[in-house]
Amino acid sequence: MTPPADSKKYWLDDPHNVTKLYKGLWIACGLLIAIDLFLHRHEDFEFATVFGFHGAYGFFACVALVLAAKQLRKLLMRDEDYYDRDSHER
Amino acid sequence: MSGDFPVALILILGAALVPFLPGLLRKAWMLALPLIAFAYLLAIPHGLHGQVELLGQTLTLMRVDKLSFLFGTIFLIAALLSVIYALHVDDSTQHVAGLVYAGSALGAVFAGDLMTLFLYWELTAVSSVLLVWARRGAHSAATGMRYVIVQLLSGMFLLAGALLHWRATGSLEFGHIGLSDSAGLLILIGFGIKSAFPLLHNWLMDAYPEATPTGTVFLSAFTTKLGIYALARGFAGTEELVWIGTLMAAFPIFYAVIENDLRRVLAYSMNNQLGFMVVGIGIGTELAINGAVAHAFADIIFKGLLFMSMGAVLLRTGTIKGSELGGLYKSMPWTTGFCIVGAASISAFPLFSGFVTKSMIMSAAAMEGLTFNWLVLLFASAGVFHHAGIKIPYFAFFGHDSGIRCAEAPKNMLTAMGIAAALCIGIGVFPDALYRLLPYATDYQPYTASHVVAQTQLLFFSALAFAVLMRTGIYPPELKSVNLDSDWLYRKAAYGFVATFRDALASTRAGLTGLLEVRRLAIAVFLLRHRRPEGMLMRSWPTGSMALWVMTMLLANLAFYYLG
Repeated sequence: MTPPADSKKYWLDDPHNVTKLYKGLWIACGLLIAIDLFLHRHEDFEFATVFGFHGAYGFFACVALVLAAKQLRKLLMRDEDYYDRDSHER
Repeated sequence: MSGDFPVALILILGAALVPFLPGLLRKAWMLALPLIAFAYLLAIPHGLHGQVELLGQTLTLMRVDKLSFLFGTIFLIAALLSVIYALHVDDSTQHVAGLVYAGSALGAVFAGDLMTLFLYWELTAVSSVLLVWARRGAHSAATGMRYVIVQLLSGMFLLAGALLHWRATGSLEFGHIGLSDSAGLLILIGFGIKSAFPLLHNWLMDAYPEATPTGTVFLSAFTTKLGIYALARGFAGTEELVWIGTLMAAFPIFYAVIENDLRRVLAYSMNNQLGFMVVGIGIGTELAINGAVAHAFADIIFKGLLFMSMGAVLLRTGTIKGSELGGLYKSMPWTTGFCIVGAASISAFPLFSGFVTKSMIMSAAAMEGLTFNWLVLLFASAGVFHHAGIKIPYFAFFGHDSGIRCAEAPKNMLTAMGIAAALCIGIGVFPDALYRLLPYATDYQPYTASHVVAQTQLLFFSALAFAVLMRTGIYPPELKSVNLDSDWLYRKAAYGFVATFRDALASTRAGLTGLLEVRRLAIAVFLLRHRRPEGMLMRSWPTGSMALWVMTMLLANLAFYYLG
C-alpha cells in the first residue's frame, strides 16, 4: 500500500479508539434490549413481543447471511476477467 | 390551463436544444427544463388530456391522477438532481440522453393507453443505453448491447400482450390488467423485466455499474421505478407478486455481501428494495399500495444519493472496487456524510425516509397474516442494513486506509447530494407531506414507541453482528472477483453452446473444403485439357480457314435450297 500523502492523525487511526467504538456499540445494544423490560411493544404478531426478539433476529439473521454468502463464494466466485477471457464474448 | 400538451415533450424537445447552447446558457437551460415541466404539472387539472383518435382507438397522452402525479413528481425531482449532479460533464451526448430518458419515463407514467406506454417504454430503453455506451470502450459497448436487447425484449412482451389484450377486450386503455389470460401474463413479463423480477433481473447488475459515474444516477431513478409504477397500475392485488417480491427482497442480499464492485452492491440492494415494493403491490390493500409507491418515491432519492456518493468516489479515485478503497473519509468528508445519510435512509433508521415508507409495507403484510413473508422481509431489512447501510460506507470511506488521497467531489455533485440528503431526512421527519401525495388517504402512524424501538434494536444488532464478524476475522474480505449470476446463462452457457456449434460448423466446412480440393484438381485437369492456350477450344485459327468454312456452309445452304 502506498503511504498516505498527509501525515495528519485522525481519531479513528488509533486502534484504541476503534475498540472504544466497538465497546460502545455493545453498550448501546445492551441498553436497547433493556428497553424491552419496561416497554410492552405492540406488535402485529404475538411472537414478536418476546423479550429481545428484534435484537436477536437482527443479529442472527446477519450472521447467517454472512456465513451463507461466504459459502456461496465457493460456488459463484470467479476471476475478475472471467467473462473477458474469450475475446469474442459480446 | 389545458393539459393536452404531453409533459414528456418538455424534456424531450428541450433536450434537442442542449447541444447547440453555449456553456452557462446550456447549464441554465438543463436546470430549467425539469422545473418548467413541474410547474406545468402543477398547473393542469387531474383528468384525461391529450386524447387522439387513431385507428378507431382513443390514445390518451396525458392521464393525470394521484398515482401518475406522484410518479411524475418524483421523476422530475430525480431528473433535476441528476442534472445538477452531471452539470460538470462536458459530453452533450450524456446530457441529451439523460434528459430524453427522463422525459420518456415521464411520458410512460402519464400514458393512459398501452400503445402510448409502449412507445415511451421503448424510448427509455434506447435513450438509457447511451448512458452506458457513453463510458466508451469495448467493455461498455458489450454491456450496453446486452442491456438494450433485454430492455427492447421487455417492450416486445408488452406489445404482444397489449395486442392480445386489445383483441380480448376491444380497448387499449391501461387500467387494471390482472393475470386472468395470456395477455396479462405477457404484459406482466414485460413489466417484470423492467422491475427486475428474479431471473429477469440481471440486466440491472450487469449494466448499471458499467455506466458513467453520472449516468448510473440517471439510470437508478427511472427504469425500475417505471416497472413498479406499471405493476401498481396493472397488477395491484395479484397474489403471485407477493411471492415474487419476497424472493426478490431476499436473494440479492447474499450477492451484495460478496460483491466487490460497490456500485454493483448498490444494484443488488436496489433489487432487494424493489422486492419490498413488489410485495406491497401483490398484497394490494390500500395501505400496501400506498407503502409500495411511497417506498418507490423514497427509494429513488436515497438510492440516487448512494449512487451519487459512489459515482463521486469513482470520479475522484478512478476505481469503485471495495478491495482497493478505504479511508476516504479523510479526503471526501462531505461525500462520506451524505453517503451515510443515504445508508441510514435505505436501512430505514427512524427519522430517515426508508423508515416511514417501508414500514407501511411491513404492516400491510402483517395485517394480511403473511407470517412467513413478513419474517423474510424482516430478514431482508436487517440484510439491507448490513450490506448497503454498513458495507458501502465502511469499505469506501472507513475500513482499511487504502492510502488514496484525492480531492473532495465537485461542487455540483455535493449540491445534488446535499439536496437528496435533505429530502431523505425531510421525508423521514415530516412523512405527512409525502403521505398526502399517496393514491389512498391514510392516517398511518410510523412513529409509535414500539415500532421505533423494534426497528432500532433490529438495526443496532445487525451492526453488532457486522462488528463482531469483522473483529473476529470471519467476515469475508473484499476480493477482486466476479460472481456468477443468471447472466451466466447467456454470457457463458449459451455462448459456449453457440461457440461449440460454431466450431462444429467450422470443422465441417474445413472437411468439406478438403474434399472439394481433391475433386477440384480433377475438374481442373479435365477443363485444362481443352481450354489451355494450345487446347482445341482456345487455339487461334487462321482467317483463311474461317472463310473456307463460311463458303462451305453457303454452298451447303444453296445445295439444300435446290434439293428442297
